[in-house]
Amino acid sequence: MSVAPVRNTKLIEGATGRWEIVIGMEVHAQVSSKSKLFSGASTEFGAEPNSQVSLVDAAMPGMLPVINRYCVEQAVKTGLGLKAKVNLHSVFDRKNYFYPDLPAGYQISQYKQPVVGEGEIHIDLANGETVHVGIERLHLEQDAGKSLHDQHPDATYIDLNRAGVALMEIVSRPDMRSSEEAAAFLRKMRAILRYLGTCDGNMEAGSMRADVNVSVRRPGAALGTRCEIKNVNSMRFIVQAVEYEARRQIDILEAGGSIRQETRLFDSKNGETRPMRSKEEAHDYRYFPDPDLLPLTFDQAWVDGLAQDLPELPDEKKLRFMKAGLSAYDAAVLVGEKEAADYFEEMVREGVEPKAAANWLNNEYFGRLNKAGLTISSGPISAKANSEIVMMVLENVISSKIAKDVLDIEWQERTGAPRLKIVEARGMKQMTDTAAIESATDAVIAANPDKAEEVRAKPKAAAWFVGQVMKATQGKANPQVVNAILRRRLNLPDEG
Amino acid sequence: MPAATLEGIPLAIKDLFCTQGVRTTAASRILDNFIPTYESTVSQNLWDAGAVMVGKTNLDEFAMGSSNETSYFGPVTNPWRARGRNDDLVPGGSSGGSATAVAAHLALGATGTDTGGSIRQPAAVTGIVGLKPTYGRCSRWGIVAFASSLDQAGPMTRTVHDAAIMLKTMASHDPRDSTSVDAPVPDYESLLEGGIKGLKVGIPKEYRIDGAPPEIDELWNRGVEWLRAQGAEIIEVSLPHTKYALPAYYIVAPAEASSNLARYDGVRYGHRASGADDLIGLYERTRAEGFGREVKRRIMIGTYVLSAGYYDAYYLRAQRVRTLIARDFAETFKRCDVLLTPATPSPAFAVGAKTDDPVSMYLNDVFTVTVNLAGLPAISVPAGLSHDGLPLGLQIIGKAFDEATVLRAGRAIETAADFKAAPQAWWRTT
Repeated sequence: MSVAPVRNTKLIEGATGRWEIVIGMEVHAQVSSKSKLFSGASTEFGAEPNSQVSLVDAAMPGMLPVINRYCVEQAVKTGLGLKAKVNLHSVFDRKNYFYPDLPAGYQISQYKQPVVGEGEIHIDLANGETVHVGIERLHLEQDAGKSLHDQHPDATYIDLNRAGVALMEIVSRPDMRSSEEAAAFLRKMRAILRYLGTCDGNMEAGSMRADVNVSVRRPGAALGTRCEIKNVNSMRFIVQAVEYEARRQIDILEAGGSIRQETRLFDSKNGETRPMRSKEEAHDYRYFPDPDLLPLTFDQAWVDGLAQDLPELPDEKKLRFMKAGLSAYDAAVLVGEKEAADYFEEMVREGVEPKAAANWLNNEYFGRLNKAGLTISSGPISAKANSEIVMMVLENVISSKIAKDVLDIEWQERTGAPRLKIVEARGMKQMTDTAAIESATDAVIAANPDKAEEVRAKPKAAAWFVGQVMKATQGKANPQVVNAILRRRLNLPDEG
Repeated sequence: MPAATLEGIPLAIKDLFCTQGVRTTAASRILDNFIPTYESTVSQNLWDAGAVMVGKTNLDEFAMGSSNETSYFGPVTNPWRARGRNDDLVPGGSSGGSATAVAAHLALGATGTDTGGSIRQPAAVTGIVGLKPTYGRCSRWGIVAFASSLDQAGPMTRTVHDAAIMLKTMASHDPRDSTSVDAPVPDYESLLEGGIKGLKVGIPKEYRIDGAPPEIDELWNRGVEWLRAQGAEIIEVSLPHTKYALPAYYIVAPAEASSNLARYDGVRYGHRASGADDLIGLYERTRAEGFGREVKRRIMIGTYVLSAGYYDAYYLRAQRVRTLIARDFAETFKRCDVLLTPATPSPAFAVGAKTDDPVSMYLNDVFTVTVNLAGLPAISVPAGLSHDGLPLGLQIIGKAFDEATVLRAGRAIETAADFKAAPQAWWRTT
């Protein structure tokens, strides 16, 4: 077993010394396909129960699976996006276990020979650090149906709409060292899948799910016994689950106990993990190659063709944004959501200088979206409108302070054309008329002679006058111009 | 409009083929009440060619058996009786009902499936022709699965000629079966009468087994002489891994079966036990009530050989044996065109004679399982009678997708044997 390197910054304090959390993840990503992995039934979410079930999905006698080529293509594209080795020969196996929502009594999966082998993901942390997380494998498998326990007091109902839907199971190496890294990993995975269009990444609808493996160890020691935590279905829950589980394990170890290898369930209501089954209770899945399916084989030329048509992925986009003058952090934030990056690029196409566009989005617009619980797609302001606002600042048509007001008005009124319909219509243009600013400044000085004395003695207090002049001009005066005029009038030395 | 190939031909269908709107049981209690909403590809091909179904035929439960005695609905009786005796004999299995229907002239032909000999062995012991095509020649779609990597449908007929006609109709490339092969289906009928002059016929020495009655070897020797007399070149060959075939088969087939039969759980269709308190209870009762002894035995064997810690020693090793057996055939077919062997180690035996001894029952497949493990085509042709007056068959094994040559060599046996014997119609009361 490999022992991943210690990263000292991530250590956490226990009662008896420092501990390191080691995290690996299994992500189940539903392939964005119209039909299921081995049948022609629809995969659409939210349909009437059992309305999207073919004879194959219901495991009727004599029915046979036929591989959906499109799903294979999506898996290979995802493999390429993860910079992983694509296996030209892979095998579908049967994973045997009994459960009512598993009609055939086995799940068709890939065990020893997955379609995609080793790869890597780079995750960007808030402190600017980049962490490399190894990908062990990606394989294709069928999803199970759903057991509905709440429809009848003493019966369970089965909905097979989801049975047979294609999933990609992506397994990471145990290369993460904190809950922050785990959440960042999942965010990055989601971004890559969404850029590729191979999975919609919708965690609420269950089209992306994660199981998290957590263990703790003394820094530099061999890997500890891990617990697998299931049902961790949001970024927030991942942080909670990892922190709870690490603390639980540390408490046990520090009290002289040992960790039992087991599968645990995350309870989002209480933010805890609860035991589900131990290693001893684990199923013997009796994997063997599915004799109904031929090995999955394709040639390198086909893979190369897919590689050529791959869209630009977050890492490449980030580099390109950095070349355009953005900081690593700003670029990382923008590429985190494909829609955000697209929005940013639309603003650049509208003529906004890249750095100004990034600053505006990261400092103003995204904050407002977050606060309102909106996303870039559901937000009220078009990229064109935001571009106009930033352009007006760059052209000194409005001050950056007024720009925020314009943004707020646009948020409410959704004019789509803030230059014309807000700034011009309401006379919010910055005062470029120096004479007018001078007279406003003179008026403020005349009304506050004692303040003027004070400032002459203590030039740092000049900001008070700038504020007063801005107020007098309803914020339309250019603050730099006000400052310059004030210094001339009060005979202050130049700043600097 | 010209008549279709099989216009009005009455056929019996093994009750392993799903037939739309017609109860399909696999001779198991667990599918006692199952009526498919779909038609198997093979039977559909037959109906499309004008054939009509006279009925569904009994079989060993889920095709697991060599005597048709494991059926939930009771055994099938062989229309043949030993000379001067009235004992009921088995018709072989698992396609015992189909073999009997054809032998007793209840149907003009029948479909069978062959996983380890289930077409050829019953054909041999009921005096009819049975052809197991190359794996992938006929679609498995809509056939209740026993062992997916071995199962193959084929015709059971009175003559080799009928088998050629029927196979042509049954065979097709089916996109719904990933293991069905997209290769042209030749007109077997027109290729039937070419004769066998110069045909290289291999005689595998490993098929001379200890303990087989001398009449089996005698028949085999007669077959050699018949083919030699028609111009074939006879070559002694060796298939060294033959002795491992039966053990390997009884690992691979149960392993696949244990998984294929997991779907019969009482949840969606078929028999469901009453009175269960919980889910596990439902599974246990349903499957305990729904499956017979032989099916349970094979599910247990199959589950065992796939289990952690046993997989390598059993399943994986059996798969390696399978590769070696296929290689044996491939090597041999560099030197010859077909192989000639006996079809069974004995004629039909009495009902109940072997039911308490599964291993002796399994030995019935000793000459037929190798072919399934290698995926090759083979035919059993009636070639003579035992000392007791019971039919015996000879088997011709061919290269993959060379059913045409198999049929031609089978036709040569048929011509020389001139098998005219027929069972006394003792079952007719008037």
